[in-house]
Amino acid sequence: MTDLVKISGGVYTDHKHDSATKHVTGQAEYCDDILEPIGTLHAYLGVSDVAHAIIKGMDLTAVKAMPGVVGVLTAKDIPGINDISPTGQNDEPVFPTDKIQFYGQPLFAVIATTRDIARRAAKLAVMSYDILPHALDPIAAQDAGYPYVTAPLKLERGDVLLAKKSTQNHIQGRIIIGGQDHMYLEGQIAFAIPGEDDDLIVHCSTQHPSEAQHMVALVMGIPNNAVTVNVRRLGGGFGGKESQMNLFCVVASIAAKKWNRAVKLRPDRDQDMTATGKRHDFVIDYDVSFDDDGRIQAVDNVLAARCGFSSDLSGPVTDRALFHADNAYFYPNVRLVSRPMKTNTVSNTAFRGFGGPQGVLAAERMIEEIAFATGQDTLDVRKINFYGESDRNVTPYHQTIKDNILPRLIEQLENTADYRKRRKVIIDFNKNSQILKKGIALTPVKFGISFTATWYNQAGALIHIYNDGSIHLNHGGTEMGQGLHTKVAQIVADAFQVDFERIKITKTTTEKVPNTSATAASSGTDLNGMAALNAAEQIKERLIDFAASHWKLDKTQIKFNSNMVHIGAECLTFNAFIKLAYIDRIQLSAAGFYKTPDIHWDRAAGKGQPFYYYAYGAACSEVLVDTLTGEYRVERTDILHDVGRSLNPALDIGQVEGAFIQGMGWLTTEELWWDDAGQLRTHAPSTYKIPLASDRPRIFNVNLADWSENRELTIKRSKAVGEPPFMLGISVLEALSMAVASVKNYQKCPRLDTPATPERILMAIERLQGEGE
Amino acid sequence: MLFRDEINFILNGRSVTLKDVKANQTLLDFLRLDQRLTGTKEGCAEGDCGACTVLVGRLHNGILKYEVVNACIRFLASVDGCHIVSIEYLAGPNGKLHPVQKAMVEYHGSQCGFCTPGFVMSLYALWMENPLPTKREVEVAIQGNLCRCTGYEPIVRAALSINQFGNAAFDYLNAERDSITMRLLVLRDCKRVIIGPHDNQAILPADVDDLAMILKEKPDAIIIAGSTDVGLWVTKFLRPISPAVFIGHLEGLKVITVTDDTLEIGACVTYSEIQSTLSKVFPHLIQYWDRIAGWQVRNMGTIGGNIAGGSPIGDTPPVLIALKAEVILRNGSTVRNLPLEEFFIDYGLQDRQASDFVYSIRIPRPEANQLDSAYKVSKRREEDISSIAVGISVVLNDGVITACRIAYGGMAATPKRARKAEDALLGTLWNIKAFEAAGIALEHDFSPLSDWRASKEYRMSVSRNLLRRFFLEHNLTTTHPVQLSPV
Repeated sequence: MTDLVKISGGVYTDHKHDSATKHVTGQAEYCDDILEPIGTLHAYLGVSDVAHAIIKGMDLTAVKAMPGVVGVLTAKDIPGINDISPTGQNDEPVFPTDKIQFYGQPLFAVIATTRDIARRAAKLAVMSYDILPHALDPIAAQDAGYPYVTAPLKLERGDVLLAKKSTQNHIQGRIIIGGQDHMYLEGQIAFAIPGEDDDLIVHCSTQHPSEAQHMVALVMGIPNNAVTVNVRRLGGGFGGKESQMNLFCVVASIAAKKWNRAVKLRPDRDQDMTATGKRHDFVIDYDVSFDDDGRIQAVDNVLAARCGFSSDLSGPVTDRALFHADNAYFYPNVRLVSRPMKTNTVSNTAFRGFGGPQGVLAAERMIEEIAFATGQDTLDVRKINFYGESDRNVTPYHQTIKDNILPRLIEQLENTADYRKRRKVIIDFNKNSQILKKGIALTPVKFGISFTATWYNQAGALIHIYNDGSIHLNHGGTEMGQGLHTKVAQIVADAFQVDFERIKITKTTTEKVPNTSATAASSGTDLNGMAALNAAEQIKERLIDFAASHWKLDKTQIKFNSNMVHIGAECLTFNAFIKLAYIDRIQLSAAGFYKTPDIHWDRAAGKGQPFYYYAYGAACSEVLVDTLTGEYRVERTDILHDVGRSLNPALDIGQVEGAFIQGMGWLTTEELWWDDAGQLRTHAPSTYKIPLASDRPRIFNVNLADWSENRELTIKRSKAVGEPPFMLGISVLEALSMAVASVKNYQKCPRLDTPATPERILMAIERLQGEGE
Repeated sequence: MLFRDEINFILNGRSVTLKDVKANQTLLDFLRLDQRLTGTKEGCAEGDCGACTVLVGRLHNGILKYEVVNACIRFLASVDGCHIVSIEYLAGPNGKLHPVQKAMVEYHGSQCGFCTPGFVMSLYALWMENPLPTKREVEVAIQGNLCRCTGYEPIVRAALSINQFGNAAFDYLNAERDSITMRLLVLRDCKRVIIGPHDNQAILPADVDDLAMILKEKPDAIIIAGSTDVGLWVTKFLRPISPAVFIGHLEGLKVITVTDDTLEIGACVTYSEIQSTLSKVFPHLIQYWDRIAGWQVRNMGTIGGNIAGGSPIGDTPPVLIALKAEVILRNGSTVRNLPLEEFFIDYGLQDRQASDFVYSIRIPRPEANQLDSAYKVSKRREEDISSIAVGISVVLNDGVITACRIAYGGMAATPKRARKAEDALLGTLWNIKAFEAAGIALEHDFSPLSDWRASKEYRMSVSRNLLRRFFLEHNLTTTHPVQLSPV
């Protein structure tokens, strides 16, 4: 028996995304491409044009009178419960009945024969309100005495007050961190088809089919088993379709049942961006104490977030900001407090990193402050504050870090990026160049992997082998471009030692795998890959038992290898073998299951082991800044990122590159701008600017730490990749900060708030130039 | 005059004749809803993301040229006489992937895949013209395509490698160029087209004289050239546009005339069409031009439209005003000329009388000793609307500034000259002090507004600093670069 013939698309290979050919030919089907049944109706949302008010009246006469309009839906038409809060807080009505809580809040839906008619009719409502004062940002909300949307969290270790007293150097400051729109290219969409009894089939573009199913059932007042949610693929998610799709699913479903017709609801881009949540903006007040070498002794930070009008996922998001407020640094004494503020803005939600990036950003700001105060290279300050490998390794939430690989990773990147030499060259350049200034920064990331809600760390899968040897694979994760379906199919191909092409990847549906978790928290492959492997192994075990008894051989004599099954000296094709197994009445289908071991979290105590493991990475970026306009360009970025043993290096590098650019966009040109009336004015790509190809670093070197292997028993020893590299974009902000600081000879921390648009850069430069020594 | 009440075009391989076309019907809705060609996607419906990118082939001076456009803001009525190519047609009848598609697959150029058909179309259009592009040329070609997943790196890698996967011989469309040209020639009957219901009517004039006549009859008609602005009135604001007079096809408005003294640009010349001439006559506009919108919009948008729209943040008015451009307006058979700055009266108000239309723009060639610069500043460097744009022209004789024109966009309700700053410079010696004084004078020229693009403070600072940049850029003793260059 030989191992020379390899299957195509096994694990650890650069297999193409399973839909790549369909993507490039336009044949990949998205929700809006699904063939519509005859008589399909179209829904559209009518929204508020004030930020905060008591509803006095809503006159929909003109809406209903428009030719082509079939009817309207208001809160009165909701058969079940008027709430779509994903965390069960009962604070997020489908349609409000008493109060408007943000500008652009959906108030009703209009159903018409075409989408165009529905859009036009939705504008004809006549509202009467009693206007209330509004608070848009967390500081204004605190000043106005607004409540928290959810219970704050405190993490504490050591004695902060004592440590502050016994340390000489203290810096207090504030960083204002902007939010971010997901700007997935495919917007929100739901398409509901009514069936017999209470049945509903909902096609949509959600990262969380089970939650959409449960929300539809709740709002319809029917059991979960009546609702099927189907998702073949998303045109991008990034967290924006974790809970935000619920609204669209329930509205389409109510209308579908009410008129017994298929109903599609697809907002235009402006409505998508104003009516759905975004990354949380944060205002972080930091208070750091450090010794003369720059070693941190105490950290005492308050993290306030713009949560919007309801809790949505703001509890776990602000929690995760605290979990990552240390980034890669050991705080001997620490106190971290979250303030999840209610505001009169759309309810903010999940976005790649889930609060983590905001926490990390404040850590990096403190490092910068210390570096400027002690006159050191920021990298040196980072290094002396890194977690240790065997000591100085306890986090603010009392989890001991056992897998720290940052020292090796940073050293490697520092050398390959030639950081020290380039920094010297840059300082010389800045001395001579009057207008253009450069900056460079090397920043680390450590990111905890697992849902902090421990029960989410479970997954299911379903595998059938049909009697012709073809394999049908299903699991609870959703495909949104990250290549999850490809990786899971690779795992199954590897388990049966058959070609990838033999495996049919099927849509995610609540009919096949129930009670799934969101495809979120970077966990898709970790959880679903394990569940699929479990299913494959169950079938394999039955097949081996069958072969051993049929051929009367020991089980060790049965081997699956390159589309063949070796049974002692005999060798059958996989297809022939499966046929025999079928004839022998072997069950060729299995449901797999997985739950992450060893994790626990006591939120009240602020202690536990919320993360199964950590993923690491580092980036070194160099920028060039025009000090006359604040415009800039990223000259070069080098990245070294840890994905453990990569299941698919090509897909993983794709995630790292994409996450870096998205993180850079968050911190540079992507600006959410509300006017005084509370209306978001950057709500489409014409006004909200995500990076372009030309914004990429002029030199962009991305590598995986190929020596890394997960110390935990994850799927094939790989690590999660979705979120961690997002924070590599912080290297660009830190490099910009250095370039700005050069105008004052690096004497002062520029305290750049984000996004660091050309305007913020120029204003920081002018502020520094205007300040005395 | 013979009228036609239908439009004719080729969609992929098929000839299409439509009678029932509404003025506000978009090409994208036609493809997706009527034809169920769902490979073309709607990402933003405002011409900014490129997910809806298709090719429009049309005859210009008898030669078939394919250009990428945004189907979301291109009106269906305006494709009369064109060849529309959507993603479904690229692989050809045998279903074999086109080299562009193959490269995208091999280099992992798609993740979620929603933007991918649009990227493939843009890269295809680039490859047709330029099979071995530089990295920068690729970036410029995909300025109008947004991707949120990949970070673009694998797409650029794919674009640089297309030739590994086949040459023009593998291009299905290339093989049928001649037959398409013939088929399009047959469609040209030079008749006025009137189509659509009375309250949603589209008119395509037969020629420029016909346009003048139509506007005499219907002075309230909405004139649509590239539809890069009016498209959004429909898709975003649901505004009625009837009767809509489409003029983008009029060869008589697409004339570019270069003489010893002037450059005259027909109103319907697009940004793309004027680019090569402009870079010869006014080399200082080369970089500026690459910062105007994305490729699709540069292929659709016209110079006349950018002026007639009257926006205070249009890209061309400041630089054209600085260059002493005149706008030539026609009304019936009457023609009048106007210095461009006088055309802009107030916000939303231009010196365009009933039945007037912009016929052309005439720009004098630069004088000897004339120093010109054009700067645009925006939140995102490319494919963004300017926060501030400025055109600066200074004539220098023996070290003395003898003439000076400075025009800003984004600083007032209209594109506007900075007269006080000009006065401060006029007659002074060429030195930084003069430009600093001009910068201070700007405070009396403008009191800009704050909005989501920029605050008034930033606008003021940058407008001052750009005068400083101008001095440094043209000053012979400047040793280090004073602005970022595209690489």
